[in-house]
Amino acid sequence: MSLNIKHLLGLQDVSKNDIQLILDTATTFREVLDRPIKKVPTLKGTTIVNLFYENSTRTRLSFELAEKRLSADTLNFSTSNSSAKKGETFKDTVRNIEAMKIDMIVVRHESAGVPLYLTKISKASIINAGDGRHEHPTQALLDMYSIKERLGKLQGLKVCIVGDISHSRVALSNIFGLKTMGAKVSLCAPPTMLPKNIEQFGVKIYHDINKAVAENDVLNVLRIQLERDAGTTIPSLREYHNYFGVTAEVIEKKIIKIF
Amino acid sequence: MKIILNKVKLINPDQNLDETNDVLIENGIIKKIGNITKDDFEKAEVFEFDGKICVPGLFDMHVHFCEPGREDTETVITGSNAAANGGFTGVACMPNTNPTIDSAEVVNFIKKKAEKHLVDVHPIGAVSKDRKGEHLAPIAELVTAGAVAFSDDGVAVKTASLLRNALEYLKMYDLPIIEHCEDVSMAGGAMNEGSVSTLLGLPAIPTVAEDLTVIRDIAVADYVGGSIHIAHISSKKAVQAVREAKAKGIKVTSEVTPHHFLLTDESLDSYDSNYKMNPPLRTEEDVQAMIEGLKDGTIDCIASDHAPHSIEEKEAEFIYAPNGILGLETQLGLALSELVHKNHLTINQLVEKLSINPRKILNLPIPQIKVGEIANLTIIDPDEVWTVDIKKFYSKSKNSPFDKRLLTGKSVAVINKSKMFMDGTFKEI
Repeated sequence: MSLNIKHLLGLQDVSKNDIQLILDTATTFREVLDRPIKKVPTLKGTTIVNLFYENSTRTRLSFELAEKRLSADTLNFSTSNSSAKKGETFKDTVRNIEAMKIDMIVVRHESAGVPLYLTKISKASIINAGDGRHEHPTQALLDMYSIKERLGKLQGLKVCIVGDISHSRVALSNIFGLKTMGAKVSLCAPPTMLPKNIEQFGVKIYHDINKAVAENDVLNVLRIQLERDAGTTIPSLREYHNYFGVTAEVIEKKIIKIF
Repeated sequence: MKIILNKVKLINPDQNLDETNDVLIENGIIKKIGNITKDDFEKAEVFEFDGKICVPGLFDMHVHFCEPGREDTETVITGSNAAANGGFTGVACMPNTNPTIDSAEVVNFIKKKAEKHLVDVHPIGAVSKDRKGEHLAPIAELVTAGAVAFSDDGVAVKTASLLRNALEYLKMYDLPIIEHCEDVSMAGGAMNEGSVSTLLGLPAIPTVAEDLTVIRDIAVADYVGGSIHIAHISSKKAVQAVREAKAKGIKVTSEVTPHHFLLTDESLDSYDSNYKMNPPLRTEEDVQAMIEGLKDGTIDCIASDHAPHSIEEKEAEFIYAPNGILGLETQLGLALSELVHKNHLTINQLVEKLSINPRKILNLPIPQIKVGEIANLTIIDPDEVWTVDIKKFYSKSKNSPFDKRLLTGKSVAVINKSKMFMDGTFKEI
């Protein structure tokens, strides 16, 4: 079996078979990490560019580590400036990199749509490592992998995503991926942290964290993006914590109910 | 020099004219309509316009010619060439140039550039100095130099208080303020807010940002008794607000662009920045409201908001790409294809919206198809099927989402200021 997709731009249109294949492959690769030499030759001879236009620590390190453990040659390009500010267009930058005969580009960008745009100007396979507030498919795949590892399945599970959905690129990817895999997805946030017409994706909305905890099998808790719109979407972190915080107390109620 | 427009259908709703006849033009003046002698035919250049329509020269009251400041994207001359190629004999150009059209010098500079061109170029002055919304621009000086309206286009006039004063001041001249309606506290997005923006993960501008400013402007215009023209209207509720204001007798007029009566935010699914404009493309419901507004007269004109941008700028990442698209060379074809051929508007109504009404709003004389008048005419083939090709645009820029689109109806020729543009060439007549 092989993947039907050449690029991983988002989970919106990725089939159940493809997601299953990625999760299964990850499971076999998981075993490599327990070996003394954590390296396999799978991507030997493949050149991958990590094109990070936005600050990132975890995602960039994870990709680089995965690429190295798969024996790919990696190039890292990180900048917080847009190409335009340097007086060179994004397209020119990509064409320059493309000329170096690369096979794959992992891209993180502040603007939604950049990974799709890359597929039009480059012959390489494109992996979206987060575009604007659009998608972050690898994070969602990892979330699904973790859920499956713990609970043994995705089908039929009730998963609630808690937090700043509006500014999140992970939420959409999780909604699409989890629904494809047969899970039921809900969201818990104040209305100011929900994007317009989010109900169109068939997700239940909670404004009460206790209810969300009581009615779901899994909580996927997003960080509050304080660097964006601080103080305009929520009055204060304190108030958010009091009403939406996933505290030990909130969780304990659920645990008591189970046992 | 004499020319004859043979067997052309003459339409001018402003003079209740609708007849097929022959027109003799000598040195740019209409000399005869009908009764043309054999001798005239022998001495004149004859154009066979059987099946074509001759109307008062089309007028686009919302274009950006980027000069002075961004001559790499458009100049007064290349913009005027694009206008002529699109069927327009007159335009009004917005003041967001660099420097801003906020002094007589800049008005004179633009008029001087356009002086010898077929197309009449009327500068619009800024309402506020440098369009910053702080101090009034020298409105009297600008009117004297030839400004035909005032606008801070790109943004709305910053405060209600400044808008009120500008409207009061303009009562001396009976000229309108043209407003780009967008509440600044809700501005800054890259597309319309709704289901599609959520799916695409792009920052968005809600329709209420437009509605709020339209309502504010109507209220101020009502209070002062001044004239407001709503530029590029795009939201259903804004159209309804204008409709109600007109019914109350408030002096408000409005225009819509072809992209807003035709395209929706669904077009953005490819993240193609040629669909990025401000106001953004809205929803199907809004598009239908634009067509209704055109039909019932709430929307007085069609204007292009012709906004040239370089390829380099438009090829940037979506959120960094500038707003706006070209319009002059596709506008007539889109309006004929989508409004006339789909029976939303009659040809007469279209002529009102593309020629008569914009001139009325700007207090400019309406070209008459009468003996003794200056020939200021557009000849249209309403049935010619053609394919838009951006490579053939006269505009210096190429940013159009309509490339390769099949249209029905286009301009065959334009005549003004003793000049004629036809088949890609300008000539003296």
